[in-house]
Amino acid sequence: MINHIDVSSMLRKSVCELYSNLVTRPTGAAVRCEIEQELDRIGDRALTVIDFSHVGLLDFSCADEIVAKLLLQYVSIDAPRREVYFVFRGISESHMEAIEAVLERHRLALVTQHADGESRLVGIIDLEERRAWEIISQLGTGVGADVADATGVSRVDAELMLDKLWRRRLLIRYDNAYVAVGSATISSPTMRLDA
Amino acid sequence: MTTIINVPHSLEDKSFEQVLDQVAPLPLDEKIIVDTRHARWASPYGLTALLALAQSRAERPILYVPEAENVSSYWSRMDFFKHAAELYELQGRVKSTKATETSVLLEVTSISKSDDVHEVVDKIQQRAQDALVKNLNLDAKITMRFTMALSEVCQNIVEHAGRGGWVAVQTYTWRVRLGGRKVVVIAVADPGIGFRQSLESAPGFQRKERWDDGQALEETVMRGASRFRDPGRGQGLAGVRRFVGNWDGKLSIRSGTARIAVLPKGDWDEDEPLLEDLSYFPGAQVQITIPERVA
Repeated sequence: MINHIDVSSMLRKSVCELYSNLVTRPTGAAVRCEIEQELDRIGDRALTVIDFSHVGLLDFSCADEIVAKLLLQYVSIDAPRREVYFVFRGISESHMEAIEAVLERHRLALVTQHADGESRLVGIIDLEERRAWEIISQLGTGVGADVADATGVSRVDAELMLDKLWRRRLLIRYDNAYVAVGSATISSPTMRLDA
Repeated sequence: MTTIINVPHSLEDKSFEQVLDQVAPLPLDEKIIVDTRHARWASPYGLTALLALAQSRAERPILYVPEAENVSSYWSRMDFFKHAAELYELQGRVKSTKATETSVLLEVTSISKSDDVHEVVDKIQQRAQDALVKNLNLDAKITMRFTMALSEVCQNIVEHAGRGGWVAVQTYTWRVRLGGRKVVVIAVADPGIGFRQSLESAPGFQRKERWDDGQALEETVMRGASRFRDPGRGQGLAGVRRFVGNWDGKLSIRSGTARIAVLPKGDWDEDEPLLEDLSYFPGAQVQITIPERVA
């Protein structure tokens, strides 16, 4: 099931009705807590759109508190808290500057989705993994063999790569195959992760 | 005993050192008179630093206000006297005015809590677009980045200073340097614990063989060190550094007895990257300067 969280609403709900800018760490922490509470209501397996469309400014401190700390909680390779996937929408050029800086700092990656429907992988990810993600994204649904055929890596290595991308919550594992996180919100609107 | 501190005619980051040279040797509880009667001009740095100076004294100082009406009037429009009246015993005639100053993007504003940063950001966004894009011919992209940088330097007060400080933003024409180009300047000053003491409060902090204010500034500004263990910390100043680099600007931070500067790529400033053994002044004083774009 695809959920939608409007970050601007979370800001107004958690901090102040009048604010439209995401600045300062306490603000970022309060907004993240509000998002986490929302995620708790959603369930253990969910695809969530985090929407920044109505956010004016996002500074580095807030990007760290909201984006990086949220990902660190849900996308840890060792022990993911739950199977929650994120797609970030409404990211402006200046938001991106702050987000890229914090992703680099924590060696994280995420998927952004743009007005034209195109999805992009942003952050720290090695070239082969990026290529694998793009192949799955283009296919809509794919398995290790598809990546192996397209790139020339062994099937075992391709499977390991996809598994790692799934653990980083950049791919969704679904019916023994994989779906790229961004494309799942467009091409498979009826897919239910809580099934 | 009371000591008179003579304020230079032109009060900005460099000439403020003359003020500190006079104040630093004095005991904190010694009464001082800060004499600005002959001041002809003050930058946002000069005004915010004067307020931080008063905060740093145990004994409430006296301020002789500028005699020139246009100077007094301008300091009023910058809201300087509004705050100075709470920190200094003002002596002399303060020229009050209701006129607005178009070059002022942000009057001298108190920063002590997170909400203050929100208010500053909201206020500056409304004014910055015109000033930066129309008056300084800068690309429209700068407005958000400029506000981000302002937010980060203000947050340093809230997160690290341990007491309140000041911010002011203004555009003006730099007549001596830059051959008459316009600049926009952000000045932030606090009389708090400063960079060195902030880093020393980190859990498990170990003093290096050479450890002083200059080293603390280098660690923080150039290497992103922070007193917090959280690896996400220390990104604010790194972001500010990138911002000034992208817009051929200058960042200078003074703390304790040292001042570090991230210099512009262009040749409009010939400052030293690191100055040490300056007269002691508590807290941190930050200045960001972005010059007008010329074809």
